[in-house]
Amino acid sequence: MCRLFALSSKEPVSPMAAIKALDVMKEGHDGSGVGILLRDLGGPFENMKDAPILSGIFSEQGMRRLDLFMMDQGFMTKYKMSIKPSKTEVPGVPKRGMYLIRAYEYPETWENLAKDEIETRLMMTRLKIREMGEEKKDMIVFSFWPDTIMIKEIGDPMLIARYLGLDRDELAARVIMAQGRQNTNYAINLYACHPFLIQGFSTMTNGENTAFIPIKDFLLSRNFPGYSGYQSDSEVFAHILHYTMEILGLGLDVYKHVITPLQDKAIDKHPDSLFLKHLKTTCRQMIIDGPNCVIGTLPDNTLFMVQDRKKLRPGVVGGRPGMFAFSSEICGLDAVIPDRDKTRDIQPMHLDTAIVSPDRQEVKICRQT
Amino acid sequence: MSSNITINPSSLNINDLPWQIKWDKDRCTLCGQCTSICPVQAIELQVFRKRNIKTSINPNEQNTTDYQTFYGIKQKKNIENLCIGCSMCSMVCPNEAIYPLRNNDTDRFKFHADKNGEPRKRGGRRNASDSVLDRIKFIRISMLTDPALDAGRHEFELNTLLGRVLPPEENIKCLRKHGWIPPVREIYPLIIGGMSFGALSPTMWEGLQMGVAYLNEELGMPVRISTGEGGCPPRLLRSRFLKYVILQIASGYFGWDEIIHSIPHMKEDPCAIEIKYGQGAKPGDGGLLMWYKVNKLIAAIRGVPQGISLPSPPTHQTQYSIEESVAKMILSMSMAFGFRVPVYPKISASSTSLAVLNNLARNDFAAGLSIDGEDGGTGAAYAVSMDHMGHPIASCIRDNYLNLVKLGKQNEIPLFAGGGVGKNGNLAANAAALIMLGASGIQVGKYVMQSAAGCLGTENDRCNVCNLGVCPKGITSQDPRLYRRLDPEDVAQRIVDLFVSFDTELKKIVAPLGRSTSLPIGMSDALGINDYNAAERLKIRYVV
Repeated sequence: MCRLFALSSKEPVSPMAAIKALDVMKEGHDGSGVGILLRDLGGPFENMKDAPILSGIFSEQGMRRLDLFMMDQGFMTKYKMSIKPSKTEVPGVPKRGMYLIRAYEYPETWENLAKDEIETRLMMTRLKIREMGEEKKDMIVFSFWPDTIMIKEIGDPMLIARYLGLDRDELAARVIMAQGRQNTNYAINLYACHPFLIQGFSTMTNGENTAFIPIKDFLLSRNFPGYSGYQSDSEVFAHILHYTMEILGLGLDVYKHVITPLQDKAIDKHPDSLFLKHLKTTCRQMIIDGPNCVIGTLPDNTLFMVQDRKKLRPGVVGGRPGMFAFSSEICGLDAVIPDRDKTRDIQPMHLDTAIVSPDRQEVKICRQT
Repeated sequence: MSSNITINPSSLNINDLPWQIKWDKDRCTLCGQCTSICPVQAIELQVFRKRNIKTSINPNEQNTTDYQTFYGIKQKKNIENLCIGCSMCSMVCPNEAIYPLRNNDTDRFKFHADKNGEPRKRGGRRNASDSVLDRIKFIRISMLTDPALDAGRHEFELNTLLGRVLPPEENIKCLRKHGWIPPVREIYPLIIGGMSFGALSPTMWEGLQMGVAYLNEELGMPVRISTGEGGCPPRLLRSRFLKYVILQIASGYFGWDEIIHSIPHMKEDPCAIEIKYGQGAKPGDGGLLMWYKVNKLIAAIRGVPQGISLPSPPTHQTQYSIEESVAKMILSMSMAFGFRVPVYPKISASSTSLAVLNNLARNDFAAGLSIDGEDGGTGAAYAVSMDHMGHPIASCIRDNYLNLVKLGKQNEIPLFAGGGVGKNGNLAANAAALIMLGASGIQVGKYVMQSAAGCLGTENDRCNVCNLGVCPKGITSQDPRLYRRLDPEDVAQRIVDLFVSFDTELKKIVAPLGRSTSLPIGMSDALGINDYNAAERLKIRYVV
């Protein structure tokens, strides 16, 4: 079973905090991979909140192709952080090229574009780079979005963190999501690693989505180019979140009603029963199944956790004003925020959405009923 | 019979018949129950004459002969009185002295079942026991990566939707602006398919309706039943139980006078309106109620004279094109019920079904599509239609579902599948396979008759005399002497048994697949089959 850890902090913290939490939860994952998402960045990225940041792994040839492509598009490099892995090989970690984190200036031609159009173009640019990389196997792109860094690799989280030097000062963020992977598939495709990001909406999951195929079929048939990939059955959680909030224009409180709707008797008693009944009917194809603990972030850096309908996976939320963390296990929470009031820890149950808004003052629990 | 008898081309012997009566002289009490219950008078009391020769070893004594007569049961060999294998003789025999045995030789009677130029007609089924659905296995078992669920104790949400579902974006807009949203019913995924009042006896119909009412009102299972083409008794039309009923209209429009006149008096809307364009068992052929069954009651409900055969036309005579069928008929029926009732067509499975579906997809009033496969049943049809016409349901439903996926409308137009579901007794497994291939729900008819009323029909051409009104169980007869054999209360009880046990079995299938929050429509990754070509065709996994 994979292990999840996410935090939201007033002050930027190093991704090593999350790696430390994964390390103490190591009994629960086999160190077969790690994925980290950093948002609301500190350090050198503090002053370039709007600049789209590209994260990925590139071979030398891939780097040249990337530069040519980005220049053609009119993107100018604003800041770059190249992570050259240490020369000593780490067991279980494949040798790859350069881990690139690069912030760009928008092309001049984009200056007067509406926000929606910019967001669409950013997504299309990412998809294009991914497509080019898959063609020649020389580029892997994790994200291309403002104020967002994503790193994924196969191997033990702590070893990878040291190998990639994630403890460097330049890397700090106020919102961090990390997954320590329990490998159920030896031929891991990095695109199958959590977290998943689409236009600022991101999720990671500890679980198994048994309704994956119908949901995938539904999302693929929405004709939205970003609803693609699906190397992992968990990628659909991020896309459903995006669909709920961006396409349907609904709030985060509705997300749980989409993926795990109430049963009819409960809906009948709900003050918003008419809406929920219709939502359940029309979004039937996005109902998830199986054991799943989903942790996600929104474009405004809200952090949340939801559980499947039967609450079959562990998950705990705790912290203090200014810093809250979501963890698969309490020991992960203890490792990062030992000085919190543990009596106020919350384990969200089957109807709950636990939300930490960007002010980081409290954990709100939104019950479906 | 002497050796110089006249033999004509259709002279048959016992070995030419599909069913042979085995009769045990020693056990028979000559009570006559078998001959009186036989629905086709295939057996009769006969006087047999037997010659006994007495020989002696003493050369001085003469051999003698005497004749003995005894009474016994004899099987008739003419086509009209062919034994149908129903085994009612065996059922009533106090001494188990008689039973029919299937003759595995070629049915030579088939070559002669066309007396007076009239081809064989029968009720029942295709008489082929092969089933692709039976070969489909559920292979995605939750093992360690995710916990298998507990069919007995976890909560399950297995209901389905009948009705046009708008895309989420549009639905939200309509809700906000109070626009028209097509009616959608949440129903149980196993529907009792259209078997008309007329095809079925009054006791059978009453039993089915009582069972459905009990399931809904006492057990909270939203089970629905289609009327078939034959109208609906006025008392039911005006009762609150109408909401459990899908009213079917077909090309003969039988019973619709009564229904239309009842609309102002209806306390509840019907669940839905099913427009029947075709039936899987006899595609391209209309319904057929033979004159034997058109008695006073049936004639009154259908609005026709007594004692005449009622062949519905193969198509709706007022409609000349699919546009008219879809646009006019669906719209007219929707309008008749104030746009509060889902209206959907039922067609026979066909290689042309995608064209129908694509037309429906463009019509906002189309509430779904029901597709009936070749293994469906019928009350009466020409044998050639039943045996050779039609399309299997599995690949048809799969093609239609995948077409909807391509259009992005897989949640908008529910597909209902029928035709041979549970034909070998595997109802829940067959239904679950079809649901995972893409059906939103399943329609069953024959299985209900077999399970709830003890229909004797099998895939071996057993019984199959539903067309003649001589059903020995009283299920498809309009003769009070026959249908009084069927107690409606017992039928209702069996309906409840059937649905409750189906529900348990369905849970026993979906729970190990890790599914419980919604009906696993289109969950094709759960399916496998040990036939490579079938796997490729159905786009499921090939497993050996």
